[in-house]
Amino acid sequence: MSSDNVKKSLTFQEILFTLQKFWAEHGCVLQQPYDLEVGAGTMSPDTFLRVLGPKPINIAYAQPSRRPADGRYGENPNRLFRHTQLQVILKPPPERVQELYLESLVAIGIDLAQHDIKFEEDNWEWPVGGAWGVGWQVMLDGQEITQFTYFQQCGGMDLDPISGEITYGLERLAQFVQDLDSVYDIVWSRDAVTGKELTYGDVRLHEEQQFSAYSFDYADVASLWKHLELYEAECLALLERAKILLDEKNEDHQQVLRFPVMGAYELALKCSHTFNLLDARGAISVTERVGVMARIRTLIVGVAKIYAEQGRLTSGTAAATAGAAA
Amino acid sequence: MADFLFEIGLEEVPARMIAAAQAELQKRTAALLEREHLLAAGATAVSYSTPRRLAVLVKGVLEQQPDITEETTGPAVKIAFKDGVPTPAAEAFARKSGVAVSDLRTIETPKGEYLAATSVKKGRSASAVIADELPKELAGIYWAKNMRWIPGSNEKFVRPIVWMVCVLGEAVVPVSFGGKTAGRASFGHRVLSSGEPFEVQLPESYLAQLEGEYVLADVEVRRQKIRKALDHVTRTVAGARWREDEPLVDAVTHLTEWPDVLLGNFEADYLKLPEEVLVTVMRDHQKYFAVEDASGKLAPHFLTVTNIELGEENAPIIRQGNERVLRARFNDAKFFWEFDQRTPLVDRVKLLENVTFQKDLGSYAKKSERVRSLAAKLASVATSRGATLDVAAIDEAATLAKTDLTTELVKEFTELQGAIGGLYAASQGVNATVADAIYDQYLPASAKDEIPRSAEGIVLGLADRVDTITGMFGLGMEPTGSKDPFALRRAANSIVRLLSESSLNLKVSDVLAVGDLKPETAAKLQAFFSERIDFYLREGCDQAYDVVKAAVAAGSDDLRDLVARAEAVTAVRGSEDFLAVSAAFKRMKNILTQAAEKGIAIPSAVDVSVLAEPTEIALAARSAEVATGVEILRAAGDYRTALEAISTLRPQVDAFFEAVMVMAPDEAVRKNRLALLQRITRDFSRIADFSEIVSS
Repeated sequence: MSSDNVKKSLTFQEILFTLQKFWAEHGCVLQQPYDLEVGAGTMSPDTFLRVLGPKPINIAYAQPSRRPADGRYGENPNRLFRHTQLQVILKPPPERVQELYLESLVAIGIDLAQHDIKFEEDNWEWPVGGAWGVGWQVMLDGQEITQFTYFQQCGGMDLDPISGEITYGLERLAQFVQDLDSVYDIVWSRDAVTGKELTYGDVRLHEEQQFSAYSFDYADVASLWKHLELYEAECLALLERAKILLDEKNEDHQQVLRFPVMGAYELALKCSHTFNLLDARGAISVTERVGVMARIRTLIVGVAKIYAEQGRLTSGTAAATAGAAA
Repeated sequence: MADFLFEIGLEEVPARMIAAAQAELQKRTAALLEREHLLAAGATAVSYSTPRRLAVLVKGVLEQQPDITEETTGPAVKIAFKDGVPTPAAEAFARKSGVAVSDLRTIETPKGEYLAATSVKKGRSASAVIADELPKELAGIYWAKNMRWIPGSNEKFVRPIVWMVCVLGEAVVPVSFGGKTAGRASFGHRVLSSGEPFEVQLPESYLAQLEGEYVLADVEVRRQKIRKALDHVTRTVAGARWREDEPLVDAVTHLTEWPDVLLGNFEADYLKLPEEVLVTVMRDHQKYFAVEDASGKLAPHFLTVTNIELGEENAPIIRQGNERVLRARFNDAKFFWEFDQRTPLVDRVKLLENVTFQKDLGSYAKKSERVRSLAAKLASVATSRGATLDVAAIDEAATLAKTDLTTELVKEFTELQGAIGGLYAASQGVNATVADAIYDQYLPASAKDEIPRSAEGIVLGLADRVDTITGMFGLGMEPTGSKDPFALRRAANSIVRLLSESSLNLKVSDVLAVGDLKPETAAKLQAFFSERIDFYLREGCDQAYDVVKAAVAAGSDDLRDLVARAEAVTAVRGSEDFLAVSAAFKRMKNILTQAAEKGIAIPSAVDVSVLAEPTEIALAARSAEVATGVEILRAAGDYRTALEAISTLRPQVDAFFEAVMVMAPDEAVRKNRLALLQRITRDFSRIADFSEIVSS
């Protein structure tokens, strides 16, 4: 591969800008990454909670996604502790949504006539969130670059309208666009004046090394278990209070509207991430695993049900309409 | 008469579901037209599909249903007319039949005079019928998994519907389904066509028009194009062949609209990895065909089937992309292969304590202990019947068999469990008998698979499955209906095959005996295995239903023997003598059953002095003589000759039934004749119960 070619392809950050601009021009609200640890863009409330209920929304955001067990101390060219997803939610999806997606690839310089693109069946399921959908993995010259899903259920509830979810794996896409074997060689940015390039390795390698070490070697197992229990207890307590407050007969609409279901969701996400750390640490036996996952499922599915109920009770109020996008 | 075309355009349908859906669409459309009297004589139906469309073309559709003339009978004349004046009954009948009272006729029936009307049901236009009925057929198509996508609607289909084309003759039929209404606009290839819709002019121009839009809608044409391209591209490598893989050819056929084939390469260094791992990565993860050299060894190339025409410009780019992906995947596999070897299988035995087999049955460590003990018992039974087995190897293999579940490579390639254990064992210096037994432990996993190569592998495979099945049945978790979450039927099928096809002299009762079961569990398992044995004889050995029943009736414990008996029955069942004797046996059995129902006590032996008629004397003598010969042949396992000998009884049997009445008035004669029939059916039912044979 000649250096001329590399120059022509977009940098990591240009790919992100371009895709965000593309989706903004197609009616998406651009949201910033969610500021808690999540394993995938789907777990951000901008997806998981917004797909519930009847209110349409188009939204896009980049989401750093942490998977402690996938860390490799920065030594594996394709596996990361933390990767970045570009998540697009289209609720409901527009007509010819696949063509729109393909246009987004053209926008980042992929000439479809020069490549082999296929939509291969790949159904998505997140049992802990009571969520599943059907869709495809999008294969570009044999590389999976996107997961495309039509959500069917979330929190164990049928969705209506359903949402279309497009998840770009940004590192894989950049490796593809820049034709690279190692994620660490991705050109992250190129100085417009000097032409100096910074690579993915320059920006993130150190972080990968430290967080792999933390997840595999340093994280304190006893503390993690304690954290898990604390987060879980507070989440359950909130869900209990929600059951009392969120009632047809409660005439205090402010109280219903302000009930922090989102706070409960964050506690549930904390549990999920703590579980992943314990798992990476090898602290969860196979027998325990099923039980802990069931506990987290109770939290997440519980939050989804309460959130949907809250939306139903407050759907008439102006504050709910304006506030839900905030 | 006109041609009819229907096409439903979809977002990419899962490849595994397309063939069945295409066939179902064709069947349903043809059945609908037939049912509605819209098919002309000699009408034909064909169907097409790609990932983005299903289509059916019917030639010879009537544009109008024929009118149907109906004769209906109404009220009795004496009720319908009073003094020659029509009553309300007559008027109501006329109205219902759509005719005037004056058009009603009088007919004679056995019950008296009645009114009758001839009414004509006007045929509807094909277009109206199709618009009404086709949507119901579409909604009925079976999908393994479907989805909702229309807001506020519970309608489901496999993927969102993008367009529909429905043309009868030259006119559009406006069929509505899934939120769309059919017209004549269809779409070509996503990338190679302009992307704009094109109009289907006539049903018969559909295929050619699509080809102009870079879509080969005829599945067989696409498949042949792929096969030819695979051959063609592989020829660029001297002496190379692509590895035949029909399921993969099928998959890529249903993933492409305009296929082409590209050869890629990988570094020869990766060939040091086990071939099983390389092929799995290529086939299962990347849908690539493996390439082998003239000696059958894997060569450092792969073939990918693209959904785009390849040229000088795009081929190098697409090749490079695919090569990069494969390199990354091989690198991962190589990393795992080397990483796993740092902890030999022997050291992984204790890790199995942390791997749950089943909640109530404990860990895989526990399972391995049970399998060791079961395998030892089975080995000892087989040895007592003359088998030579390496008992120590079986024990070591049972100890190590499940340890590969703790390796990273198996976590990544679960479909290679067993094989990976065997490969690690071999590379860690474990003896070959043990390594092979571990490698083969899950064989046969499907009807097409071979059984394990060694007797040690067979014993291990039996013990593992006996443990699973008896454990689950013991917990009351037997399969019901379509629910079989632990794949116990498949496990039992494998046991049946292992018992039938191995050289070990083990019987069904042996594998149930080692399980140490409660009586009620043993009874359930016996019934469960009976079903599996019937299934194996019918599906695996291709034996007819009646042959299976006949052979099983003579015993189903020794499966190798059962198969031999069934095969012998099939071999002779074409002969007329055999069929005649079988029919006679059925008659004998019926007579004996009726006698038993009447409470007649049949003597256990035939009294020769009571025999009077020449034909019964002849039958008694000849059948005794044949029985002696048959018994010798049976004991020697020469079932076919034995059956042929039984068939020679036909003249005596026929003559007997022609001349003699079994249920004679004289009690002594009657009982003696019954005793003769009883002796014959008993003597000759040890190979199969011929009364089960159905003559066609």
